[in-house]
Amino acid sequence: MLLVWPIALPLSTAVLCLIAWHSPRVQRALNAAGSLGLLVASIAIITRVLDEGPVAAQMGSWPAPFGITLVADILSAAMVLITGIIAVACAVYGWAEVGAGEERNGHHALTQALLGGVCGAFVTGDIFNMYVWFEVLLIASFGLMVVGGGKAQLDAAVKYVGLNLIATLAFLTGVGLLYGAAGTLNMADLHLTLAGRQGETAIFSAAAMLMFAFGAKAAMFPAFFWLPASYHTPSVTTSALFSALLTKVGVYAMIRAFTIVFDTSEPAIQNTLLYGSAITMVVGVLGAAAQMHVRRILSFHIISQIGYMILGLAIYTPLGLVGAIFYLFHHIIVKANLFLIAGVIGRSTGSEELTDIGGLWKRKPWLGVLFLIPALSLAGVPPLSGFWAKLLIILAALEEERYFIAFVAVLVGFLTLYSMSKIWMEAFWKAHPGGDDAAARPASYWLYLPIITLALMTVFIGLNAQPFVEAAFASAEQVLQPDAYIAAVARASEAAELGLTFESPAASGVPAEAAPTPVEPIENPTGPPEPEDPLR
Amino acid sequence: MPLPGGTTEMEIVLAILVGLLAASGAYMMMAGRLIAYLFGLIMISNAANIAIFAAGRLTYAEPPLVPDGEYTPMTEVANALPQALILTAIVIGFGLLSFALALVFRTYFELGTTRMDDMREAEPRNMGGNS
Repeated sequence: MLLVWPIALPLSTAVLCLIAWHSPRVQRALNAAGSLGLLVASIAIITRVLDEGPVAAQMGSWPAPFGITLVADILSAAMVLITGIIAVACAVYGWAEVGAGEERNGHHALTQALLGGVCGAFVTGDIFNMYVWFEVLLIASFGLMVVGGGKAQLDAAVKYVGLNLIATLAFLTGVGLLYGAAGTLNMADLHLTLAGRQGETAIFSAAAMLMFAFGAKAAMFPAFFWLPASYHTPSVTTSALFSALLTKVGVYAMIRAFTIVFDTSEPAIQNTLLYGSAITMVVGVLGAAAQMHVRRILSFHIISQIGYMILGLAIYTPLGLVGAIFYLFHHIIVKANLFLIAGVIGRSTGSEELTDIGGLWKRKPWLGVLFLIPALSLAGVPPLSGFWAKLLIILAALEEERYFIAFVAVLVGFLTLYSMSKIWMEAFWKAHPGGDDAAARPASYWLYLPIITLALMTVFIGLNAQPFVEAAFASAEQVLQPDAYIAAVARASEAAELGLTFESPAASGVPAEAAPTPVEPIENPTGPPEPEDPLR
Repeated sequence: MPLPGGTTEMEIVLAILVGLLAASGAYMMMAGRLIAYLFGLIMISNAANIAIFAAGRLTYAEPPLVPDGEYTPMTEVANALPQALILTAIVIGFGLLSFALALVFRTYFELGTTRMDDMREAEPRNMGGNS
């Protein structure tokens, strides 16, 4: 039942925050405590997963595929771990940053609900359940978007809500079509049921719907417009949380669905992802070049970096996925840190518009160092973590002889460096238009604590990349060869009350077959005839 | 009238209805006004629900009731799962759409417009570049 904690802890903290509605102080403490609890639970999960392989649990003791499965392999566990880290960083940063109005309007409760939704999406093994968790995190993010209540927040929220709801509907339709074609929604079961049926029209249309849905959630070209329209308007704490987690849930769902459920080696799927990700990288980085607002520049860079992660999946080799997974982990730390630093830049100089600020290097040189670490890491300068992430992706592209894509990836790295040096030149190097003292407004130490911690993590991952890359290799292997994942679900299912069998083809030597269905819900005119099961 | 692949007439009717709802929904969403956008969204969400219903196969089977003392139904029954999915989706959709409606209402009072082209608070026209 270890797997329930990353969902139960944040959601119960959210409820406690609602009970303590009239006391922002108590809510603040609860938010920090809940985030810390999430971090501890996530460490427990990843230790166990690295030790024993994937773990699974059946909710309510219903066997798979009827009950809801929670599964954690290394990828899920790592994502939950990083969610815990970011949650704690944002909770601490929020003490000094989140305005009193936002706190009164429920910032803390919504943050915890968002974390619950994010973790739920990471650990669920059922695709409809994933849809539900997406809704939980979506509605919480809607709330966080508007708690500020200003004109800009409302305007941004309208665009964010409107465009995200389209993606949600595509997700729902895709899930419905998938159920119609396969008769199951459990991802391990789907993997077995869909074996050898990947070319069918119904499967393809479901894949197209889900690709659009996850692509829009991940801010892939051409469905990214909600992101730069909204990420710069809420409080910096919320921005950082969103930038770290929300698009990455989309990337995670894409990796999950397009390895275990759908077969990415189908040329139509692979080429769409490959060229889609290349265009995403280029469009994102060019969009950033045209911006002069710190958080908007960073928002466009999220889009461009998402391109790298999807590219790693699209190459669809073990090395490509290692790159994608390593990139995910690295990017969350670096991007959240850059948003947090953008907040300190705004506080110190009075604005986030690059044309109105400057002079920080003279007054706050340490902030400059703290900015350079994640900024150079984002651009992929060795020896920081971003270098290894980009190196793995580019190596994977070269290995598959996709030279043009590799060239694009290198080029986008250089353009990222250009954007980062733009922030550096404008905010740190040039003189502040309002005189030197205008750049020295006070910023609380609580703001620096998470920034320093995340920067140290970037450096640590960069200098000590070997264990992280090894974990990413193990994780990519589990994702591409989901036998261990399926076996974990089967074990959990057997442990559940009715004890129906649910064999992996590799384990039992019989052809792939869905778990026995007492209701016979779907007749499947095109599917293969049910093979005789020697075990029954 | 027997149709190929075991398709029923009702499935064809529903397929046309889904197409019609999705098309008119998309048309309204592109009108550039928030209220029309919301109505379009509601139409497409209904189209999605009906698509799930149809994808779950339409049969004239019995309601899915399991007799006392049994684990499985004795006769062929309708599949209850798509309906459960739709029910979940309707509840979630209802919540999301009421939030969206409240948001549009509040936005209208704050910004004084529901025309999307005029909503430039978060992204002013002179933002970025050489402002």
